Amino acid sequence: MSIFDTFLNWKVFVETLPLLLMGLWVTVGLGMAAIALGAAGGLLLALLRLYAPQPLRWIAVAYINVFRAIPLLVLLIVIYYALPFVGLRLTSYTSATLALSLVSAAYSAEILRAGIEGLPRGQSEAARALGLSPLRQMTDVILPQAVKLVIPPLTSNAINVMKDTSLASVVAMPDLLKQATQAQALAANPTPLIGAALIYLLLLLPFVNLVGFAESRLGRRTR
Amino acid sequence: MAAILEIRDVHKSFGRFKALDGVDLNVEEGEVVVVVGRSGSGKSTLIRCINQLEAHDSGLILVDGLDASRPRDLRRIRIETGMVFQSFNLFPHMSVLRNVALAPVRVRGLSWAEANGRARKLLERVGLAEQIDKYPGQLSGGQQQRVGIARALAMEPKVLLFDEPTSALDPEMVGEVLEVIQQLARTGVTMVVVTHEMGFARRVAHRVAFIDAGRIVEIGPPNAIFDAPRDQRLQTFLKAILSN
Ligand SMILES: Nc1ncnc2c1ncn2[C@@H]1O[C@H](COP(=O)(O)OP(=O)(O)OP(=O)(O)O)[C@@H](O)[C@H]1O
Ligand SMILES: [Mg+2]
Repeated sequence: MSIFDTFLNWKVFVETLPLLLMGLWVTVGLGMAAIALGAAGGLLLALLRLYAPQPLRWIAVAYINVFRAIPLLVLLIVIYYALPFVGLRLTSYTSATLALSLVSAAYSAEILRAGIEGLPRGQSEAARALGLSPLRQMTDVILPQAVKLVIPPLTSNAINVMKDTSLASVVAMPDLLKQATQAQALAANPTPLIGAALIYLLLLLPFVNLVGFAESRLGRRTR
Repeated sequence: MAAILEIRDVHKSFGRFKALDGVDLNVEEGEVVVVVGRSGSGKSTLIRCINQLEAHDSGLILVDGLDASRPRDLRRIRIETGMVFQSFNLFPHMSVLRNVALAPVRVRGLSWAEANGRARKLLERVGLAEQIDKYPGQLSGGQQQRVGIARALAMEPKVLLFDEPTSALDPEMVGEVLEVIQQLARTGVTMVVVTHEMGFARRVAHRVAFIDAGRIVEIGPPNAIFDAPRDQRLQTFLKAILSN
C-alpha cells in the first residue's frame, strides 16, 4: 500500500466527508457559543475587577486567576464526570460549552481590562466631566475604544477557544475530532484524521493571519 | 449677588504632598476668575476638585448650592459644569458633531435632531462649520480645542472650567482659542480659567487669583494683581513671567 492509499485515500475521504462536516458544524457551534458567552462573562468580570466595591472585586480577581490556572481538560472532565456525583448531570454539549466559556471569560476579562486601562485618562475624565452616567461612560466612550484596541488579542483568544473545542471529544461530544476518530475506526484508515486536521487549518488559518497582520500594523503605528 | 461657586478651606494631599492647603474662593454668577501660579502650585488640582475629578480631603465645595462631596449632588454639578482640558480629551472615535451632541442627548435627554442642531450652531460659533463631519484626529490642535469648548457649551453649563486650554497648542494657534474664550466671557457665563497667558488674564478676568503652594495668596482685579502686587511671591512670579 502506498502512502497515499494510507493517509490520503480519496475514496475514504469522500465517504467520510459528510461525517466530518457534521462534526465541523458541532465544532463551530460550540466554539461560537463559548466565544460569545466568554466575551459576555469576560466583560462583566473586567468591569467588576476595575470598578466594583471590594468583596466583588476580590471575587472577580479570584475567579480570573483560578480559571486561568486550571487546565481546560481537567475542568471539562470534572464538569462531565465529577458533577454527576453531586446530582448535577450535564450533557456533553452543555459541559463543553460551560468549560470553554468559563475559561474564555477569564482570559477575555484580562484582555478587556488591559484595553480599558490602556486608554488615556483624559477619556474617562471628559466623560465624567460631561455628566454621563457610569453606564453611558462605558458604552459611549470607554468600551468602543477599548475593544478596538484589543481586537488582536481577543481574536487570538477566540482562535484558542476554537482549537480547544477538540478537547470536547473526550466527553463524547460529536465534534470534528470525534467524528474523525470514529470515521477512522470505521474505515480502518487514518485519512479522516488528516481530513479533520486540514479542516481545522482551513477554519483557523485565516484568523491567525488576520491577527498577525493586525499586530504588525499596530506595532508599526505605535513605533 | 450670590456666589455660584463657593470653595471654603479646601485641602487635598497626594500622599504626603499637600497640593491644596486651605483654599477659599467665591465666584459670583457671571464672573470670570483667572487662576495663575507656578507649575505645581495646585491650579489644576483646585479646578479638578470643583467637579471632583480629584476628590478633596476636607473643606466645602458648593456649586450653585450643590455639595460636591455628596454623590447625589455631584452628578448634577457635573451636568451644570463644563470643563475644557489642556489635552482636549475629545472622543477620537466620534465625529466632531457627535462629540458635541453626545452629552445633550445622553444627559439632557434631547433628541439627536435637536442636539445636532445645537451642536451645529455652536461649532459655527467657534468657526468650525466646515469640520463637523471630520474626526478629531483630522483637526489641528487649535481646532480640536475649539471643539472641546463647543462640547462643554452644548450642555449649557452654569460654570465653565478651563485648565490651561492653550498650553498644548502651537503658538500660532493660541490666539484663535483665546479669542473664542474671550467672546464667551462677554456673554456673561461664569468661568474659572487656569492659564499662563497673562495678557489674556488682564483683558478678560474680573479677578485674578494667584495660587502658591496650594493657597490663594493674593486675589483681586487684574490691574491690582499685575500693576501693584503686594505679596512677595506674586512679585517674583510676575518678574519671572515677564522676563521670558
Ligand atoms: N495624581 C497625582 N498624584 C500625585 N501627585 C500629584 C497628582 N496630581 C498632582 N500632583 C502634584 O500636586 C502638585 C500640584 O499639581 P497641579 O497639577 O495642581 O499643579 P499645577 O499648578 O496645575 O501645575 P502646572 O502648571 O504644571 O499644570 C504637583 O506637585 C503635582 O506633582
Ligand atoms: Mg496644571
